[in-house]
Amino acid sequence: MLEKFTVIRGRAVPLRGEDIDTDRIIPARFMKVLTFEGLGKYLFYDERFDEKGNPKPHPLNDPRYQGASILLVEAGFGSGSSREHAPQAIKRAGFRAIIGESFAEIFFGNATAIGLPCVTLAPEDLAVLFQAVEENPALEVEVDLVSKEVRFGGRTAPLFILEEAREALVEGLWDPIGELLQAGELLDQFDRRLPYPRRSE
Amino acid sequence: MGKTLYEKVWEAHEVRKLKSGQSQLFIDLHLLHEVTSPQAFGMLRDLGLRVRYPHRTFATVDHIVPTHDRTEPFQDPLAQSMLEALRENTKEHGITFFDLGSGNQGIVHVIGPQLGLTQPGMTIACGDSHTSTHGAFGAVAFGIGTSQVRDVLATQTLAARKLKVRRINIEGKLAPGVYAKDVILHIIRHLGVKGGLGYAYEYGGSTVEAMDMESRMTLCNMSIEGGARIGYVNPDETTFAYLEGRPYSPKGAEWEEAKRRWRAMASDPDATYDDVVTFRAEEIPPTVTWGINPGQAVPIDGRIPLLEELSPEERPLAEEALAYMGLRPGQPIKGVPIQVAFIGSCTNARLSDLREVARHLKGHKVKKGVRALVVPGSEWVAKRAEEEGIAEVFREAGFEWRNPGCSMCLAMNPDRLQGDELAASSSNRNYKGRMGSPRGRTVLMSPLMVAAAAVTGEIADAREVFGIGR
Repeated sequence: MLEKFTVIRGRAVPLRGEDIDTDRIIPARFMKVLTFEGLGKYLFYDERFDEKGNPKPHPLNDPRYQGASILLVEAGFGSGSSREHAPQAIKRAGFRAIIGESFAEIFFGNATAIGLPCVTLAPEDLAVLFQAVEENPALEVEVDLVSKEVRFGGRTAPLFILEEAREALVEGLWDPIGELLQAGELLDQFDRRLPYPRRSE
Repeated sequence: MGKTLYEKVWEAHEVRKLKSGQSQLFIDLHLLHEVTSPQAFGMLRDLGLRVRYPHRTFATVDHIVPTHDRTEPFQDPLAQSMLEALRENTKEHGITFFDLGSGNQGIVHVIGPQLGLTQPGMTIACGDSHTSTHGAFGAVAFGIGTSQVRDVLATQTLAARKLKVRRINIEGKLAPGVYAKDVILHIIRHLGVKGGLGYAYEYGGSTVEAMDMESRMTLCNMSIEGGARIGYVNPDETTFAYLEGRPYSPKGAEWEEAKRRWRAMASDPDATYDDVVTFRAEEIPPTVTWGINPGQAVPIDGRIPLLEELSPEERPLAEEALAYMGLRPGQPIKGVPIQVAFIGSCTNARLSDLREVARHLKGHKVKKGVRALVVPGSEWVAKRAEEEGIAEVFREAGFEWRNPGCSMCLAMNPDRLQGDELAASSSNRNYKGRMGSPRGRTVLMSPLMVAAAAVTGEIADAREVFGIGR
């Protein structure tokens, strides 16, 4: 049984910046790996560390945000490559949800498929949430995928997420492999009907 | 009411609806490379699954291969282990692998079309966002993550949702010295890097109809930089002429039948679109980037915008970009010194790209102090370029002529920028750190503009450097 994501509760870390691309989330040189294990420590590596490996000022290095499990981002998050290494690194660094203004298409799909909910808020609500978390890093934030709202500091803001993705997360259907496999015979019909590439003789 | 190609392809491949409301979509052709596939094979193993239709998956190695010395074992043991994992995985599962030295190795988005594997009306998936390239043939082609690579290997399907379709018309004749690369940079500059979210882009109009297949591939390749996961061009006689006689193209009686089928897949004249945008070819200049995403671009004879000319939303990123690039608001982009010139990548490393540059580069020399590289898109492209004397033109001009791969475009091999070097590049992404140095800088442009920068040692107008259209 896959985990059912209904309410995700935790502290949030504010990560400002538009169009944060997957090369920033995880630089390509850390993808020379055969598994996803341990990728969490390379999350935003070049933003967090200088060329000698010394920490730079960055929300993820800020002691006040240690242990946060919700990532706050702005618009166009996850643009660029299809590397699943990006959401894998975020998840493996301990994050359980991302709240932003908008997400790149492939990133969103990859995140959903590994059980990392990405939800959006209206820009004005997101601005309030950013400010609240920056003022009070200990603030508890709740992402409620059932009632479709984000709650923090006595406020409630409606969240948006593709309905198919929400269903999949809430019902524990976010990894589709089981259901895809059930198509069985139907797959062979399509394989016969769609002739190319040909089976090699 | 008429349908778009996207809708027709979708309908022909929709296996069924899933409980979540997504569709189960059949994938005709699956392409693999070494970076995004090893975990997928691991997941198959963990689940005790096999590859369901091995004849529908083809693999090559491109991201991590050294382009200088390909002797094995590679100096980088991690790179070597990735190559070996792919060799073993493809062997175990009966998947065709175009290995180094096979004559067919190359960048995955160069070899698919070159071999005739990419065909109109297909669904094509690959664990690589530039899979949109294959849309040039009227295929619905898109990048997927590694878990989806697993899904395709195990079932030849994936869970997908239908996108909206935006028709992008480009009408008129491109000026001399203006290429498909400029067209797509111009489109992204105007529609933005988020403009394509939720859309498939259908490119058409007289400019696109007049383009050869390799130009169409350049155009579709960078759809993803505009936020669109899919970009395509309707198949036509140009498409068929390119495909005829290629190793995996239909042969004999099947060829005529295939053409009939492919023609029918094109968008109907009365198809409706969710959005339509039109550009005039005459208004498209040679375009170069100045910032840290492909939308931050200007005409070659333009200047970097002043902050007050930008919307409040654009300003923070512009300030970040200027600080990173070491450029000033209002500064002309022309004349900015470069240290590296890179011609390569799945955007612009095909034979026609290299031919066009060589035609103008003859008799010129790379400026002293500039490191200039040409990385052909595939072993086949490299071989043809040698035969045609193109490689020699590059070498004589002072370019290093390398072996095929992705190379410096994302620097997973030894080719990378040092420190804050600035590269004139024919690749597709100018993100921070993209070319391997956390402080390295990238300016995107057409291959001919890269050659002009290599020759002058600064961002330059190729039309002036090579006397084009004067």
